[in-house]
Amino acid sequence: MIAPTAPDQPDRTPHHTRPLVLSLSGITKRFGNLVANDVISLDVHAGEIVALLGENGAGKTTLMSILFGHYVADEGTVHIADAGGRLAPLPGGSAEAALAAGIGMVHQHFTLAENLTGFENIVLGTVPLWRLGFGKAAARAKVARLMKESGLEADLGVPVGRLSVGEQQRIEILKALYRDVRVLILDEPTAVLTPQEADSLATTVKALAAKGLAVIFISHKLHEVLALCERVAVLRGGAKVADRPAAGADRATLAELMVGREIPARERMPAALGAPVLHLAGVDVGAPGERDRLEGADLELRGGEIIGIAGVSGNGQGALAALVAGLKAPRRGRCEIIGQVATRADPGARLAAGVGRIPEDRHRDGTIGALTVAENYVLETLADPENQRHGLLRRAAIRTRASQAIRDYDIRCPGPEAPIRALSGGNMQKVVLARVLERAPRLILAHQPTRGLDIGATTDVHRRLLAARGRGAGILLISEDLDELFALSDRIAVMHAGHLSPAMDVAGLDMRTVGLMMAGHSAEEAA
Amino acid sequence: MIRFVPRERTPVWLTLAVSVGAGLVALLLTAIPLALSGAPVLQSFLFMVQGAAGSGFAFAETLTRATPLIFTGLAAAVAFRAKLWNIGAEGQLYAGALATVALGAGLLDLPSYLLVPTVLVGAALAGAALLLVPVFFKMRFGADEVVVTLLLNFVVLLFVQMMLEGPMKDEMALGWPQSAPVLDEATLPKLVPGLRLHWGLVLAVACAIGLHVLITRTVWGFRIRAVGENARAARYAGLPVSKAMALVGLLSGGLAGLAGASEVAGLKGYLTADLSPGFGYAGIVVATLANLSPLGVVPAAVFIAAVFVGADSMSRAIGVSNYLADLVVALSLLSVLVGGLLTRFRIVLVRREAA
Repeated sequence: MIAPTAPDQPDRTPHHTRPLVLSLSGITKRFGNLVANDVISLDVHAGEIVALLGENGAGKTTLMSILFGHYVADEGTVHIADAGGRLAPLPGGSAEAALAAGIGMVHQHFTLAENLTGFENIVLGTVPLWRLGFGKAAARAKVARLMKESGLEADLGVPVGRLSVGEQQRIEILKALYRDVRVLILDEPTAVLTPQEADSLATTVKALAAKGLAVIFISHKLHEVLALCERVAVLRGGAKVADRPAAGADRATLAELMVGREIPARERMPAALGAPVLHLAGVDVGAPGERDRLEGADLELRGGEIIGIAGVSGNGQGALAALVAGLKAPRRGRCEIIGQVATRADPGARLAAGVGRIPEDRHRDGTIGALTVAENYVLETLADPENQRHGLLRRAAIRTRASQAIRDYDIRCPGPEAPIRALSGGNMQKVVLARVLERAPRLILAHQPTRGLDIGATTDVHRRLLAARGRGAGILLISEDLDELFALSDRIAVMHAGHLSPAMDVAGLDMRTVGLMMAGHSAEEAA
Repeated sequence: MIRFVPRERTPVWLTLAVSVGAGLVALLLTAIPLALSGAPVLQSFLFMVQGAAGSGFAFAETLTRATPLIFTGLAAAVAFRAKLWNIGAEGQLYAGALATVALGAGLLDLPSYLLVPTVLVGAALAGAALLLVPVFFKMRFGADEVVVTLLLNFVVLLFVQMMLEGPMKDEMALGWPQSAPVLDEATLPKLVPGLRLHWGLVLAVACAIGLHVLITRTVWGFRIRAVGENARAARYAGLPVSKAMALVGLLSGGLAGLAGASEVAGLKGYLTADLSPGFGYAGIVVATLANLSPLGVVPAAVFIAAVFVGADSMSRAIGVSNYLADLVVALSLLSVLVGGLLTRFRIVLVRREAA
């Protein structure tokens, strides 16, 4: 979502004329037989924004943990410039040394004390705890100056737990700047932001780099990387496979470098439209005061088509998904699911009617972490004769079928008896997908089906959803990722403040229109 | 520097080792107050071991004491597996005991092969009914079952005292507040003539095996585990969450009720208000030591029973207070909780390199 519209264009001088601030050379880290980092070298110069790309497990986190002293490298050295610009070796295994040397990191999951104010969070750790409340004038002046210089604005006087995610992130960055960082690491910073917040973050980061800060930007959103970064380093399987200027690179090339193979283009073949599988007429879900509610929704989804629901999350997508999944009942209006009028909240009845559900949060709703892969695979079909006889589980049959699914869906796991929480997010999602598709559902609810997945797993989910569409299933795809919506959907409807727009044909629809409608403009205004 | 790395799976031997280790650590820690009080530490432990398992008679006494603990341990294990925090096994035990004397002390005139099962079923239903009330409140109104079950214990105990002073008082008992004795046809036979050990033990072990099969091999056991581990996902998957919880309430309360029946019909013969020296609460320790495994409950109950029986014997022999048993039990609970850290995390020593 980041548009290259920063007022301060970063300094485009070639890096060798700018001083080196961080130099990793020959970093190797092994965990048992696994080589997490394999002789990785990376130089970062002052004022440079370097993207660190890689799939889950490519070694990004390990490399950053070594930089931060959480791990000690088996081989290799880290050099960082001191205040005078001279490179000095950074002692390994000490987080204090890394902080003192000017390395700052903003984690994907923030490390703020929610009951303290923004100001207290910023100075936390630099003064003793008992002096936090005194609000030293010098500290306040420094924070005010940093806010002015960087353009990072946030309310510093209230507990951060009450602030928006975007504001919390700005406080995290201010916290790093307050410690006079020379190298700032941003780990998936836009994963939690709205498109507008992501744009403003990009502007800030470019301004900071223009003032000489070195930035390492970890992301898997390739368009952001290309819009923001000057140089791209790609890790794969623990080794650095590319280190090149961003100029001239394109998304397909970078994606292939990350995955290590050619990524097949998604093809949406025309499919014959079948009978309606979901029909909403004036449906309300949730009480009028609730934030995530549905009001007067009209929608018709037929077999063989994908309707995408766009919108910033929290605008009613949760209510729509809960209705289709059977967690909530319609409060008003008529809701027909596969020819049956749905009036009650009953997930089991939806399953029996032929609805397949891919929940938004696979950890909380989709899987039971302590149970095995096989047990999670049969979670929705326990009562079927193939899984039980006279109330006794057919354990051998369940194991066999789970093993088959593990092969068919290429689920990387120690085996059907492994607890599912040991699996990566992508493999967990494949178990959910296998469970849903196994029943050949006529209506599929896919709620953020690729959130947090890497490119390989995302491609796989998309391919399987398109295949299900080809078989005649109707798919309701709720996503915040416009690229995904435009690539998969036949029609797109936009959700804002509980209202669902009419579904519009993707052919002839442009992303800008959808973006404006997400912000609350009507289709006529947006067009 | 020490780091805790979450384990993906816990080896079975480690779970066993933690339970056994917790018991040993508890005994070691108990040596400290023993030594401070001036008692001969090794000799005291020797007396304890002798008292608990030094002879066939002693070991039979330990197994007799373990019998109600197996029932209440199973009651806690099945409930805690489903994250239903039933602290009310003590009250459910008394409810079962009350049902036992109500049915078995003269109300029904049936042959033994009919009366014993009737009394057991009645006791189980009484215990189950007592737990189903808090389960209903939890599911319907979100009432906290810890508070409700805990407070019901006192309600039931007071009710039992009222009954024993009033309508159920045995007129032949010289004014003591106790119920009429259960009929011979309602009594659980002794296992070995001359010992107090009775068929309640066999029933308890059978319940442990049955519960193990139920939890690991059946659809309902699967549902109970699923609801306990992640109720949200269970509901999402269309599992009957309320029914599973009701079943857990039925099983847990029923098992605790059986503990009462087994004590009255197998051991005491009549009901008094001091029937249980806290078997309901000790069951929580038993279940925790057993890592909520129904089969593990049996050895855990025997261990806790041995501590109680051994401490009684030690206190008679050398005059150390038998409150020491409570100390061992409390310390083993704490030790097993600390030991849980080992089963959930790998502890890794990180070498720090000098700057």
